[in-house]
Amino acid sequence: MALGLPALAACGGSGDKSAGGSSKTVTLVSHDSFVASDSVLKEFTKQTGYKVNVVKGGDAGRAVNQAILSKNHPQGDVFFGVDNTLLSRALDNGVFAPYEAKGLDRVPKDLQSDAAEHRVTPVDTGDICVNYDRAYFADHKLAPPQSLDDLAKPEYKNLLVTENAATSSPGLAFQLATAAKYGDNGWQDYWKKLKANGVEVVDGWEQAYNERFSGSAGGKKAKGDKPLVVSYASSPPAEVVGANPLPAEGPTGVATGTCFRQIEFAGLLKGAGNPEGGKALIDFLLSKTFQEDMPLQMYVKPVNQDAALPEVFTKYGAQITAPQTLAPEKIAKNRDQWVKEWSSLVLK
Amino acid sequence: MTPSDTTGARRPGPRRTATRLGLMAVPLAFFGVFFAYPVAAIVGRGLKDGGQWQFARVGEVLTDPRIGHVLWFTTWQAAASTALTLLLALPGAYVLARLDFPGKQLLRAVVTVPFVLPTVVVGSAFLALLGRGGLLDELWGVRLDTTVWAILLAHVFFNYAVVVRTVGGLWAQLDPRQEEAARVLGASRLAAWRRVTLPALAPAVAAAALMVFLFTFTSFGIVQILGGPRFATLEVEIYQQTAQFLNLPTAAVLTLLQFAAVAALLLVHARTVRRRESTLRLVDASRTARRPRGAAQWALLASVLAVVALLLILPLAVLVERSFDGPDGYGLAYYRSLASAGGTGGTFVVAPLEAIGNSLAYALAATALAVVIGGLAAAALTRREGRLVRGFDALLMLPLGTSAVTVGFGFLIALDEPPLDLRTSWILVPLAQALVGVPFVVRTVLPVLRAVDTRLREAAAVLGASPLRAWREVDLPLVGRALAVAAGFAFAISLGEFGATVFIARPDSPTLPVAVARLLGRPGELPYGQAMALSTILMLVCAVALLVLERVRTDRTGEF
Repeated sequence: MALGLPALAACGGSGDKSAGGSSKTVTLVSHDSFVASDSVLKEFTKQTGYKVNVVKGGDAGRAVNQAILSKNHPQGDVFFGVDNTLLSRALDNGVFAPYEAKGLDRVPKDLQSDAAEHRVTPVDTGDICVNYDRAYFADHKLAPPQSLDDLAKPEYKNLLVTENAATSSPGLAFQLATAAKYGDNGWQDYWKKLKANGVEVVDGWEQAYNERFSGSAGGKKAKGDKPLVVSYASSPPAEVVGANPLPAEGPTGVATGTCFRQIEFAGLLKGAGNPEGGKALIDFLLSKTFQEDMPLQMYVKPVNQDAALPEVFTKYGAQITAPQTLAPEKIAKNRDQWVKEWSSLVLK
Repeated sequence: MTPSDTTGARRPGPRRTATRLGLMAVPLAFFGVFFAYPVAAIVGRGLKDGGQWQFARVGEVLTDPRIGHVLWFTTWQAAASTALTLLLALPGAYVLARLDFPGKQLLRAVVTVPFVLPTVVVGSAFLALLGRGGLLDELWGVRLDTTVWAILLAHVFFNYAVVVRTVGGLWAQLDPRQEEAARVLGASRLAAWRRVTLPALAPAVAAAALMVFLFTFTSFGIVQILGGPRFATLEVEIYQQTAQFLNLPTAAVLTLLQFAAVAALLLVHARTVRRRESTLRLVDASRTARRPRGAAQWALLASVLAVVALLLILPLAVLVERSFDGPDGYGLAYYRSLASAGGTGGTFVVAPLEAIGNSLAYALAATALAVVIGGLAAAALTRREGRLVRGFDALLMLPLGTSAVTVGFGFLIALDEPPLDLRTSWILVPLAQALVGVPFVVRTVLPVLRAVDTRLREAAAVLGASPLRAWREVDLPLVGRALAVAAGFAFAISLGEFGATVFIARPDSPTLPVAVARLLGRPGELPYGQAMALSTILMLVCAVALLVLERVRTDRTGEF
């Protein structure tokens, strides 16, 4: 039996939607950053009998667009990884079918962006924040910046590297943080000040964090020259994961007043071949088992209040109490225009 | 055979036309289903957004001054990259074709390694050389990052092998006695080369230039990483409009613009090449190479080795160095962590052995597809007559000049229903890679096929050989080497993950480049080191695979 199941699942494949729910495979469509422990996925199979087949499609933006383009013939049963910056686009295009997940009662209300219809279920949150290189600021006897205002101050001139808002999701989130903080007509002036203060823009997170940032493992090897970078609130814990012994303090820290909150959602794909399996999978994504596995796999925070954070997060991570937020509808309405404005303002 | 053939009037008889159409059928079907149909679907969806034809969009996009700027940059950087690559790689092609020296096979494999590396890794290596605190900076205080030079040099890095392999493949088979005869008749070395060798090589040089141009015209990762956000090619623009903004109408117009530019280029290429191609005397490659003689040849060999060392090997060495530079000094820490399920929470982000297996399996399938389809196409194209044939030739080249994201998203919406629901099938990966591999096979094999003296075939026919037998006995032996070179290309293309599949969601069987990219997308010490270690493994896999392929080839040509 133990041998028979995987073999059957392999025969059925992900394309086999004709079985009408009797299929024992459930297909999860996601972005490249999706990772879950094998043991956790096996636990799901043990509980429900469904085997999870994961299909990955590029970064978050690309994966959502693919789901929209293939909505008449979805590539799977559940989509995971649409965040609040892209949520409206997915909802407006009718990609998801409503399903109220079990366990939603343990999720804070303010994260349930589609509470009326339950087309999507919040699964994790992550904050995009400026990270700083502790050693640099200690050496220069300078206090690290704490707020967006600080970043425009002369003592932090030429220290910050960020990502292209047009191509990178942390880059976009940082632009949105400034729009949330300074308003629809105020963020442009802030960016003019940042530009005058020598902000450097590179194309993607990999270049910013692994090449230019002086505090990361990659950046140290690449002789990174920027002690401030737009990254995630979870990046400092990630820098110490695997270190033996664990240091007293991580090499990097978070400027807690510069954060923008991303919420990632999952939804049942309309026209799913295995809706029952899909529903079971969404329930499972909210379960304590999955939620406690996520932080060290995807460097995001659980939404289930019962899920405990691993020690590296509580010890080396920062508590972000008042992140900037924007309603998904507002993002949807302004996003393209803002990116265009931002590009001509900052990249020229 | 009709009498007209033997008299040299090349009018196709009905039987020959039928044969040719038969040869074309498979490549045509392949390109129709896996290229034309998906691209038409996505462009059509864009132009007919919301059920209405969006022709107004065409004017809007085309008159946008920014787009004009992007098109201009795309074109000139591609032209400059092509010129620079030819300048630096043609001596390399000569050295590898004509000179015999120890380690030649290894060198040939090594220059192809860059071709398979993910751009994000290469970008990192180039920054270490050209960027702040890089080698140039420390030696002379020169920084080239975020200048166009970084882009151009990285393009040379990637495409060096294209020139060396395409041109070298033919060069090695040119009979050196012709040039020698010219010199005996009093021509200077240069004049003999210019009058005899250069015209013979022209089609291969043009083919290499065309491919390098198309590759750099559609350059994406390198421009983004090394150029920074200030430089954008059409490809980058199409990617953003499609994958980020889901602005299909604009993307469709830009795709058509890209098509128009590529079509114009193919036209120019066809016109220049048609006048140049001629029948050549081809010989076994193993007989043309000899030990370097005289100061000039030694100097040439030394300078080629210096260019290869500086431009190709040094960036690779940076990656290798970083893969050993572990948390506790130099060692195998990252390699060991790849081999044990460690890292984060007891699971692999990617299983390295599995990734190597996936890469090799895909590469073998893609190579087989590209060689069969490209071989058939080249056979059909051997005789250059008729507009139909020229159109077919151009069609085969188009995928090289088409945005991969366009094709990928085209797959997504076109190949989504049975019997063609291939989106989640493994075969889609080698199919998409073969789209890029076939043009290489055609362009590598065709100059050789066209150089085969028709009289040889006719002699075979007169002696009673069937057309198939004549092809097998005459063409195949001469073309065997070119086919092997082409197979090496197709293999490298697939290992390097070129192709539209990168742009569609697919079952999670990551290849080496995908695994490297995923590791680089994670913060922390270990993933970064693992990415460097996996890149080094990718280089090794590529070099070893190509060496094996070269060996197979040598054995086989030995039989002929």
